[in-house]
Amino acid sequence: MKAIEADNLSKRYAKTEALCGVSFEVEEGELFGLIGPDGAGKTTLFRLLTTLIVPDGGTASVGGLDIVRDYRRIRELVGYMPGRFSLYPDLSVEENLAFFAALFGVRIADNYELIAPIYRQIEPFRRRRAGKLSGGMKQKLALCCALVHRPSILFLDEPTTGVDAVSRSEFWDMLFELKARGISMLVSTPYMDEARRCDRIALIDRGSLLGIDTPGGILHRFREPLYALSGDDMYGLLIEARRASGIRKCYPFGAAHHLIATSDFDPTAFVRELAARGFQKVEIVPTEPGIEDVFIQLMHHE
Amino acid sequence: MGEFLSFVRKETLHILRDSRTMLVVLLAPVIQLLLFGFAISTEVNNVRVAVVAPHRSESVRQAVERVAANPYFTFEGYISQQEIDRTLRAGRADAVAVFAADFDRKVDALSRGESSEAILQLIFDASNTTLATAGSTYLQSIILGDLQGSMPMPDTRLLYNPQMKSAYNFVPGIMGLIFILICAMMTSVSIVREKETGTMEVLLVSPVRPIRIIFAKMVPYFTLSCLNLLTILLLARYVLDVPLAGNVVALVALSLLYLILSLALGLFFSTITNKQSTALLISAMLLMMPVIMFSGMIFPIENLPVVLRAISCVVPTRWYIEAVRKLMIEGLPFVSVIRETAILAAMTVALIGVALRKFNDKLE
Amino acid sequence: MSDTILSVRDLTKKFGAFTAVDRISFDVARGEIFGFLGANGAGKTTAMRMLCGLSYPTSGSGTVAGFDIMRQGERIKRHIGYMSQRFSLYDDLTVRENIRLYGGIYGLTRREIARRTVELLDRLDFRSEIDTLVGSLPLGWKQKLAFLVATLHRPEIVFLDEPTGGVDPLTRRQFWELIYESAAGGTTVFVTTHYMDEAEYCSRVSIMVDGRIRALGAPADLKKEFAAASMDEVFRLLAREAKRTE
Repeated sequence: MKAIEADNLSKRYAKTEALCGVSFEVEEGELFGLIGPDGAGKTTLFRLLTTLIVPDGGTASVGGLDIVRDYRRIRELVGYMPGRFSLYPDLSVEENLAFFAALFGVRIADNYELIAPIYRQIEPFRRRRAGKLSGGMKQKLALCCALVHRPSILFLDEPTTGVDAVSRSEFWDMLFELKARGISMLVSTPYMDEARRCDRIALIDRGSLLGIDTPGGILHRFREPLYALSGDDMYGLLIEARRASGIRKCYPFGAAHHLIATSDFDPTAFVRELAARGFQKVEIVPTEPGIEDVFIQLMHHE
Repeated sequence: MGEFLSFVRKETLHILRDSRTMLVVLLAPVIQLLLFGFAISTEVNNVRVAVVAPHRSESVRQAVERVAANPYFTFEGYISQQEIDRTLRAGRADAVAVFAADFDRKVDALSRGESSEAILQLIFDASNTTLATAGSTYLQSIILGDLQGSMPMPDTRLLYNPQMKSAYNFVPGIMGLIFILICAMMTSVSIVREKETGTMEVLLVSPVRPIRIIFAKMVPYFTLSCLNLLTILLLARYVLDVPLAGNVVALVALSLLYLILSLALGLFFSTITNKQSTALLISAMLLMMPVIMFSGMIFPIENLPVVLRAISCVVPTRWYIEAVRKLMIEGLPFVSVIRETAILAAMTVALIGVALRKFNDKLE
Repeated sequence: MSDTILSVRDLTKKFGAFTAVDRISFDVARGEIFGFLGANGAGKTTAMRMLCGLSYPTSGSGTVAGFDIMRQGERIKRHIGYMSQRFSLYDDLTVRENIRLYGGIYGLTRREIARRTVELLDRLDFRSEIDTLVGSLPLGWKQKLAFLVATLHRPEIVFLDEPTGGVDPLTRRQFWELIYESAAGGTTVFVTTHYMDEAEYCSRVSIMVDGRIRALGAPADLKKEFAAASMDEVFRLLAREAKRTE
């Protein structure tokens, strides 16, 4: 049995097509990432799978149960952490957790060993109101609340948005531990660099999946020659590279610009040309693509 | 059951944490009651009267003495015919009593039935209508004194509220308003708040039927309202001296029914809005206004135009206030309010039905 | 005209016993793209508020665009641009109405507003959307528009608070090109971000830890200093030092 199966799911809102024919499967015990920008349809997909809304077309099952017919039973099975801050800011850490436990008819003690590694980090602040926690701590509490009834499938909608790089990385470590305990997870994120932490990912944009693969597999889809260009006047280089022949695309990529070149592109000649125009310390080296390169390329292909 | 209690506990915490709101909720009825009971009064009080009397005969002087001696009126002195307009405009008097030039002779003729000439003219500053209407009748009876008996005039007697104390009228009105506001507004806002903060999503994706959580939400507000009911009744009885003439058990039972109705109304509002601000606005526009205008709290229902009177029939507060007046002030037995009770009960059932039907466990 | 547009010395902000910002000192040169980094709760937002004239420092001194941050908060507000991820434009107004509103707030004449509206929309290749409600634009477009609107009154320095959160990678790059372009035109850009690749785009960055500036310099220099391959590594290295939990 698959943890999640979606077949041609579609959802329309008044004038916009939020999801158009999305199909994918999540294996049991898999950590599946849904990578895409805001407005790509990630939240709609989550709401469909958590039975909060019904699809206009297509079918899906969660834990082998149909999301329309068996929605009540699905609700006993899943844990859900919505994208927005979904705790009671006026209740303390402890009170929030106790409430969510009661909501699922369990006591905190019942599954304490599952949440313990996470809860211990926020336990010193258990009397603090949730609204007064830092972003990273809120996120940990929300995860505890979603786990308190030991769900077999966990839905995490943008759990790391607005959280700093260190907390984000810690959060993924926690998801890893949960995976080791056999919990299947669907996680969405707008941060492309988080993709490598997933077993498999689906890139999503404007309501459609651009591709599904392992992080490594997705990178292999990028076949064109890719170079990293850097130098003193980065903005000037960007403009020059866009004018040059043999370069199909050029965009900023961290410390360097990435150039997607044609097969007959001659990097040394290009460096000479740039030097002749007065650019200093120009360097161009072949480089490996990242998830963002793939995403940008797939977006372009539309 | 333990689960339900833990939901109730959570809602109670929400209320306790928001101490400012709780203070308002608990103090609002007290302040309103005292305000309406003491500060704002529709009673005739301290009316300043100037007198125009071309001949100050003995009987005229005696009439003026009676006015001056009356606790509700102040005698502001004699003025001339030409000064009437100026005095009223300047606000130096609220009323002017104009005695006929040959007052004694005309009174004589009148009492013998030989003439029907006017002997007295009362001019009121009617910018305060209550004062003008109630005051003119009263002033006339004081000035004419014994003469009145000899004249063909209707004998009006005020029953149940002989002193025309306004508190009597306002207590049921305030009860009707406070309960519907606290129960309907507060519950709808608190349900909608969960939608706004996103916690509703988590509640919906849990095996608990959300309606149970909603009911748990109502418990503390219901308790608060019961507390308010107690405060109001005590204040009414011991501070405002409202007699609580009738069946107190019936009064409380009726109030509880009305509380449940208000809660159902709040639940209904929460199903049609997604924002706290909208919920507040709806409560203000759809509750406050009609309740104040069409419930008989301020304007007597009988004085409303036909269309508005029809509207008032669907305002539950109207029936509640009517019933409370009967029970509390007229001291009538419960049977006399069976019609009102039946209407309120029907409304409650209908509202709960609609609200439950509209409340779904999906986001759409 | 001096070469320093922003300069603070020992800037401190205390809330009761808690020191949110602890004696920070730094300068920003005209035309720089200055990245202001820090973990959640490091004091970034508090510091930025003081720089924008929205709150007064507990102690310290500084100038922004030539105005004293201790005494001239109101004047600073008129001379800077500000844009944040959370609030930028009114969703229920059209593109044109938003631009007119901001132009009005900063005291531009009607003619200037009209001229700059056309310029701005041409720069984004956006003319056809002039009467579109901002709420119905994709997030990335909205953020690009918001940036240009924040610079409508030609401020010498513009503050951007996480301007690209949640924006797709392509639009995020287009956004940064707008920043490059503005900086090349002489506008100083002061920006916070959670994307560490964006830190690499900055001329210089500062990294705040527990209310203090722990590192400051060009990305290349910082990477050398901390022997790290990327800014992401530098950031993690420093942010882990944090003792504050709030």
